[in-house]
Amino acid sequence: MSGRYVAICVALAALALVPAVATVADAPFYTGLFARIMVFAIAAVSLDLILGYGGLVSFGHAALAALVIGFVSLRTSGVYFIMITLAFGQMVYFVAIGLNEYGGDDGLNIARHSDFGAALNLDRPVVFYYFAYGLLLLFLFLGNRIVQSRFGMLLQGVKSNERRMIALGFPTFRYKLTAFVMAGAVCGIAGALFANLTLFVSPSIMHWTRSGEIMMMVILGGLGSLVGPVFGAAAYLILESVLSRLTEHWQAVLGPILILVVLFSKTGLYGIFALPRRRSG
Amino acid sequence: MIYAVEQVLNGVQFGVMLFLMAAGLTLIFGIMNLINLAHGSLYMVGAYVAAAIFSATGSFLLGLAAALSAAVLVGIAIEIIVFRTLYERDHLDQVLATFGLILFFNEMVRILWGSTALYMSVPGFLSGRVELLPGIPYPAYRVAIIAVGLAIALLLYLLIARTRIGMLIRAGASNRVMLGALGINVRLLYTLVFAMGSALAALAGVMAGPIFTVESGMGESVLILAFVVIVIGGIGSIRGAFVAALLVGVVDATGRAFLRPFLTIFMGGSAAAKFGPALASMLIYILMAAVLFVRPQGLFPPRGL
Repeated sequence: MSGRYVAICVALAALALVPAVATVADAPFYTGLFARIMVFAIAAVSLDLILGYGGLVSFGHAALAALVIGFVSLRTSGVYFIMITLAFGQMVYFVAIGLNEYGGDDGLNIARHSDFGAALNLDRPVVFYYFAYGLLLLFLFLGNRIVQSRFGMLLQGVKSNERRMIALGFPTFRYKLTAFVMAGAVCGIAGALFANLTLFVSPSIMHWTRSGEIMMMVILGGLGSLVGPVFGAAAYLILESVLSRLTEHWQAVLGPILILVVLFSKTGLYGIFALPRRRSG
Repeated sequence: MIYAVEQVLNGVQFGVMLFLMAAGLTLIFGIMNLINLAHGSLYMVGAYVAAAIFSATGSFLLGLAAALSAAVLVGIAIEIIVFRTLYERDHLDQVLATFGLILFFNEMVRILWGSTALYMSVPGFLSGRVELLPGIPYPAYRVAIIAVGLAIALLLYLLIARTRIGMLIRAGASNRVMLGALGINVRLLYTLVFAMGSALAALAGVMAGPIFTVESGMGESVLILAFVVIVIGGIGSIRGAFVAALLVGVVDATGRAFLRPFLTIFMGGSAAAKFGPALASMLIYILMAAVLFVRPQGLFPPRGL
């Protein structure tokens, strides 16, 4: 129980108070913003699982036909893997545009929120907020268990030296595929939440720049730390929200900021604000 | 028959343009080990500058010259400011920094030229049609694209295989440290290669201007296709990029033209109308998956260049 651990718990617990504070301050906008943050945080955490721990840079992450795509892409490695997931992401994007029954490139309006019975009516922003919050906590907990399990150790082994893991007799391909599919499934849940949040799905959420954004959140927050991506998602979306109110051309400011983060920080926000990481767990 | 030949020619023309993009990408990756997602931005810069100068002065060649020099300047600037610190870094860092560059350039273009697409017309001296084969007229502009692309491919081959600069480039790809120890200024060589890649991307952008729309973000979709090309061809291999670019171009064009009528034979008109276009846009990715399944390193795994 280090100070870092306590700080993270406090930060996560503080998220629970957002709707209440927003209501008191009469600014319901913030509930929506933070709900978005948590949806993207879930996607970012799932990406971090394969990126930060497994070392697989996947650009096709927003498009979740993970099993087949993973099977082909994982035959390759390194740069090839990056480009192939990028290409497959784009392919799913084109298919979605091509299928007119689901709205084609106009997108698909969803008439109402998913209904889980009277107890869980996602129509109300506050209910949605806590639903997403609960899921985020659940995935953080699960992610933590996975990372510490034998499976998680194996993934980290593959990241630092795959050849050695193979020499030790582990079928690394199967482990990587499992991680890829698992991360894809969690990201799918984030996608479903996103659809619930905006009541509108269009292929643009599968465009490769969207996957790039999620990856930005992970790197911004710090790779290989489960809570890092949550900070990253918060920082990215808050930055986006603040900058877009200042100027119409906020991307021209955001781009250089991201470049600076990459150039001058290797550990992301998590590394800047948290204490240096010791391997005591 | 005329239609079929036309479609194949369209494919070749598209493939040649992809080759210009892919050659720069694969060169930059093969020599500097750098993944440059912002390559599409240079393509966009080329197209915008050419469109602006062309409509202001009425001279296509002036627009072309301006576009090439603008892209080379921008390329050298980002190489010195951003990429020099990234060569030693992880591929992931490179991907992210260049993603930041994409955001920046897309927005800068919108600030400078507004968010509506620019229109660029075919230059006057290339506006007619030529008869390549008797009875098959084909737009002169597209013929010019094919000719320029093939000429550039030949020039690149000669440059890399026959000249001293090409020898240094190949040496840099196989052992950079040794090259530096022999007294070659590797940094300068890198900047030179990067400038060359930028010029190729801008050339592709200029040629694409009258065919596609000139708009912010136009580089991204071409970039993905260029990635598909170099993955199929084998990353780092220019010969592979050439073969794969033509393959992708022809498969894409003929797929879009003939898949729907072909499917109609088997599944009836309405079903074919639904699946045809979707399948046609997937075709090159299926091609890529098939190639990778058999040869994970691409068609021409590079040994040097």
